[in-house]
Amino acid sequence: MANFIDRRLNSKNKSTVNRQRFLRRYKNQIKKSVSDAINQRGVTDIHSGENIVIPKRDLSEPVFHQGDGGIKDRVHPGNDQFSTGDQIPRPPKQQGQGAGQGDASDSGEGEDEFTFSISKEEYLDLLFEDLELPNLEKNQLDKLIEYKTVRSGYCAEGMPSNIDIVKSLQGSIARRIAMTSSKRRKLKELEQQLTALNEDKHDNIQKKRSLISEIEALKNKIAKVPFIDTFDLRFRNYAKQAVPTSKAVMFCLMDVSGSMDQATKEMAKRFYILLYLFLSRTYKNIDVVYIRHHTQAKEVDEQEFFYSQETGGTIASSALELMNDIITERYSDNQWNIYGAQASDGDNWADDSPRCQAILEQQILPKSRYFSYIEITQRAHQTLWKHYQQVEQSTDNFAMQHIKSVEDIYPVFRELFKKSTQSSAA
Amino acid sequence: MTMPTNTVEKTKVTPLDDRPDWTFDLLDQYQQEIARVADYYRLDTYTNQIEVITAEQMMDAYASVGMPIGYSHWTFGKKFIQTEQNYKRGQMGLAYEIVINSSPCISYLMEENTMTMQALVMAHACYGHNSFFKGNYLFKSWTDASSIIDYLLFAKNYIAECEQKYGISEVESTLDACHALMNHGVDRYKRPQKISLDEELKRQSERAEYLQSQVNALWRTVPQKEKKESETKYRFPKEPQENILYFIEKNAPLLKPWQREIVRIVRKISQYFYPQKQTQVMNEGWACFWHYTILNHLYDEGLVTDKFMLEFLHSHTNVVAQPEYNSKFYSGINPYALGFNMFIDIRRICENPTEEDKEYFPEIAGSNWLDTIHFAMENFKDESFISQYLSPKLIRDFKLFHIHDDSDNNYVEIGAIHNAQGYKKVRENLANQYNLSNIEVNIQVVDANIDGDRALTLRYTPHNDIELGNTKDEVLKHLHYLWHFDVKIIQETKSGEDKVIASCPQKKKDD
Repeated sequence: MANFIDRRLNSKNKSTVNRQRFLRRYKNQIKKSVSDAINQRGVTDIHSGENIVIPKRDLSEPVFHQGDGGIKDRVHPGNDQFSTGDQIPRPPKQQGQGAGQGDASDSGEGEDEFTFSISKEEYLDLLFEDLELPNLEKNQLDKLIEYKTVRSGYCAEGMPSNIDIVKSLQGSIARRIAMTSSKRRKLKELEQQLTALNEDKHDNIQKKRSLISEIEALKNKIAKVPFIDTFDLRFRNYAKQAVPTSKAVMFCLMDVSGSMDQATKEMAKRFYILLYLFLSRTYKNIDVVYIRHHTQAKEVDEQEFFYSQETGGTIASSALELMNDIITERYSDNQWNIYGAQASDGDNWADDSPRCQAILEQQILPKSRYFSYIEITQRAHQTLWKHYQQVEQSTDNFAMQHIKSVEDIYPVFRELFKKSTQSSAA
Repeated sequence: MTMPTNTVEKTKVTPLDDRPDWTFDLLDQYQQEIARVADYYRLDTYTNQIEVITAEQMMDAYASVGMPIGYSHWTFGKKFIQTEQNYKRGQMGLAYEIVINSSPCISYLMEENTMTMQALVMAHACYGHNSFFKGNYLFKSWTDASSIIDYLLFAKNYIAECEQKYGISEVESTLDACHALMNHGVDRYKRPQKISLDEELKRQSERAEYLQSQVNALWRTVPQKEKKESETKYRFPKEPQENILYFIEKNAPLLKPWQREIVRIVRKISQYFYPQKQTQVMNEGWACFWHYTILNHLYDEGLVTDKFMLEFLHSHTNVVAQPEYNSKFYSGINPYALGFNMFIDIRRICENPTEEDKEYFPEIAGSNWLDTIHFAMENFKDESFISQYLSPKLIRDFKLFHIHDDSDNNYVEIGAIHNAQGYKKVRENLANQYNLSNIEVNIQVVDANIDGDRALTLRYTPHNDIELGNTKDEVLKHLHYLWHFDVKIIQETKSGEDKVIASCPQKKKDD
C-alpha cells in the first residue's frame, strides 16, 4: 500500500527561517567579514553578494564526549600484515576516533574556517543596518511630483486602439442573448406545433403554411440582431497615479591639490562608494556629480576625479560655488533629493574658510537633504574644520567626521549616518 | 555477485519499462511489484507515503536531521549551509533517500534519480527500513510512529509561540542549552511512556503550572527540627539520575514553565532518535538486504531487464563497499557493508551451512532462513546482533583485526586477528564498539544540595579510564544556564577521592 505525493512544487526555502536565525546569531562575525570586504570592492560593484568566512571553532556546538587517555579497543577491516601480539608505534593522532560521534553531518575534518555566500540583499542589509537616510521622511511625502500611468478598469468610451476584445465580445454575447430570448422561446413553441401537425394524419395545409411563414419571420428577426454593436464596446481605461520621486543626485566634492596624495584619495573613494551604495538602497535613479577643485573647481568624470593628479593651492569655496550653480542649473531641489559629500585633507586658504561657511549655510544646506564632510589627515585641524564646526552646530543636516586611516572609514560612515535617537527638530 | 539461490520459475512476462526517466505511472507499477514481493517475504510495513522532492528540498530535509517538521533554530540553518556548500562544490552527493519512522511511513524520492534508482530506493526505504521500524523491538518500545508527526508539529508551533511571547534570543539560549545535553535526555534503562498528542495538549498547561508549584514547594525553607548529628545528610536525588534533561525539567528551581516545556520537547525528540542510534548497522543492513533480495527476485521473474540490473548493481556495490583500514577512503566500518553482509551471511548459514557454521551457530544452521532473519531483525540491536551473528567467515572476508590502545604504552597492540583464536575476541570487541554505553560518556546527577547553596553535582564515571573531552566546560555553561546555580562535575581519582574536574562558574584552582 503506498501513496505518491508530488512535493516538488511545494514552497522552496523551507530552511530560510533557519538561515536567518543563523545569520542573526553570527551577526558580529559576519559584519566584520562584510566590512573587511567593502575595502576590496569597486565603486559600481553593488550587484553581487559576498563570501563570508567564520572561524569554525566559533560555530561548534559542545556536547560531552570522551577525551584522551585510557584504553581504547577498536576493530578495523582489511588486515594485510598484522598478527596477534604485534606492537606498532602509536600512529599520529587521529581525529574523531571514538569521540563526538553525535553529529554525523558535521564531519568537515581539517577545515578551520566556515565559508559561505550571502546574497546581495543580505549583504546590503548587514552593511547598512542601524543606518538611516538623513531627513528622508521629512520631505518625502510632499514631493508627489512624478506621475505613472496605471490600468484602472474599463470604460465605455475611448480610442479604438484601447478596445478590449474579450470584454467587448462578452458584452456582445450577453446583449444578443438578452435581445433574442423571447423570440427563441416563441420559435421553439412554433416548431413544436409544426412537428405535431406533421405527425397528424390530417393535412392541415393552411395551418402549416401560416406556421411556416411565422417561423420564417421569427428567424429573420433573430438574424437581424446585430453581432456587435457600439453598445458592446469596452475600452481599457488608464489613470495617472502620483508617485514619490525616486531621483537623487549625489555630489562628490574633493580637494585634489598637491597636498592630497593617492592614498588619501583612495580613502575618500571608499567613502563615496559607501555613500553610493547607501543611496542606491533608497533611490532608483541616482546621478553622481564629481567636482574636484584646487584653486578652481571643475566638473569631471569618475576616472579623472579619482586618478588624475593636480598641483596648486586650495580654495574650497570654488567647489561649493560650482555645486550651487549646478543645482540651480540642472537639479531643481523640488525634483531631486540632493546629497553632498566633501572630502579634503583640511588644507584651505585661510581667508576662504568663512566664505565656505557662508555658502553652505545660505545656499547649499537649505536645498540639500544632507551634506557630509570628512577630513582625512594626520595633522591638526585647520580653519576649514573650525568654520564647519560652527555650521554643524547651527544646522541639522550637516555632519562632519575626521578620518585618520583606512580602518576608520567604515566606523565613521556609520557614525555619520547612524539612526538618530531623537526625532529631527524640524 | 551471485544471484539468490531460490529458483523462481522464469515465465514469459513482459518486463517493466526500463527507460531512465521515471513517471508517476511507472513508479506505481514498480511499487506494486515490489510490494507484492515484499509481501511474499512477509515484510510487514506501515502504509507508505512516498514523496517526490527536489535536490534543494532534500537538502532541507538533511538540515533538519530527518525531522519532517522541525522547529526553527540556527543550527539547522548552519547544517543547511554546510550541506549546500558541500553539494555545490561537488564534495558530496546527496543521499538517494530519506525515510522517516512514522505512520504512515514517509520516504523522500529525489527528482533527479533515474527509474532504477527510484525502484532501489523504494525497495530499500519503503519496504526495508519501513518494516524495520515496525518490527524491531527498540522502535516498538521507544517510539510511537503514529504520533510523531503530530508531536513534531506541536513542538514547532509551541516553540514559535514561545519566540513570540518571550523573544527569539531567550528561546534560542534555552534550545542551545538543551541541545548540548541532548544525548543525556534519554532513559537508557527505563521504558519511556508513549507520546500522545491529545494528552500532550491537554496536560501541557496543567503540567506547567503544577511543575512550577512543585518546584517551589521543594525549595521552600521549611522550619527544620534540629537534626541529630548522627543523622545522615538528606540527599537529593536519592539515586543518581542518568537523564539530565529529565532531572532539569522536573527539578531546576528557577526555570520558567515554558522553558520546562522546551526541555521536554528536546528530550522527547532525543528519545525518538535513540533507537536509530542503536540500530544503524542492523537497520541499514536490513534495508540493503531487502532491496538486493527484492530486486533480484523481480529479475528472476523476468520483470526487470538486464539493463536495469546492471545499473542497480553498480549503485548497490558502491553503497556496500568497505574500504580497508589503510585506504584513503577509510573512515571506520561502513554500517551498510557490515549489516548487508551479515544478513546475507545469516541466510547462507541457514541454507548452506558449513561445519564451522554448525559449530558456531548450531541453533540456526539449516533452519528456515526467512524465519531466522525476521527473528534477528525483531529482537536485537547492533551490539547484540553482532555478538550473536557475526560469523568467522565474515570476519575472514572483512579481514577484521582488533587494536588494543592503552595510553600508558607508547605503542598499540594487535589484540586479535581473523584466525581461530581471534574470532571471538574480534566479535566481542566489534560488538562493544556499537555499545552506546561505551561510546557516550557516563555522566549522572548525584547531588543537588537543596538544603544549601543548591549546587548541582554530576559524576563522571570513566569507561576504560578515558578522560572527559575538553568541551566539558562549555557544556557546563549550558547546564548552568538551565540550573541557575553552581554546577560541577566530579570524578573519582585512582586513590578513591572525588576530584572536581569542571565547574561553572569556574572556581579558582586552590578552591
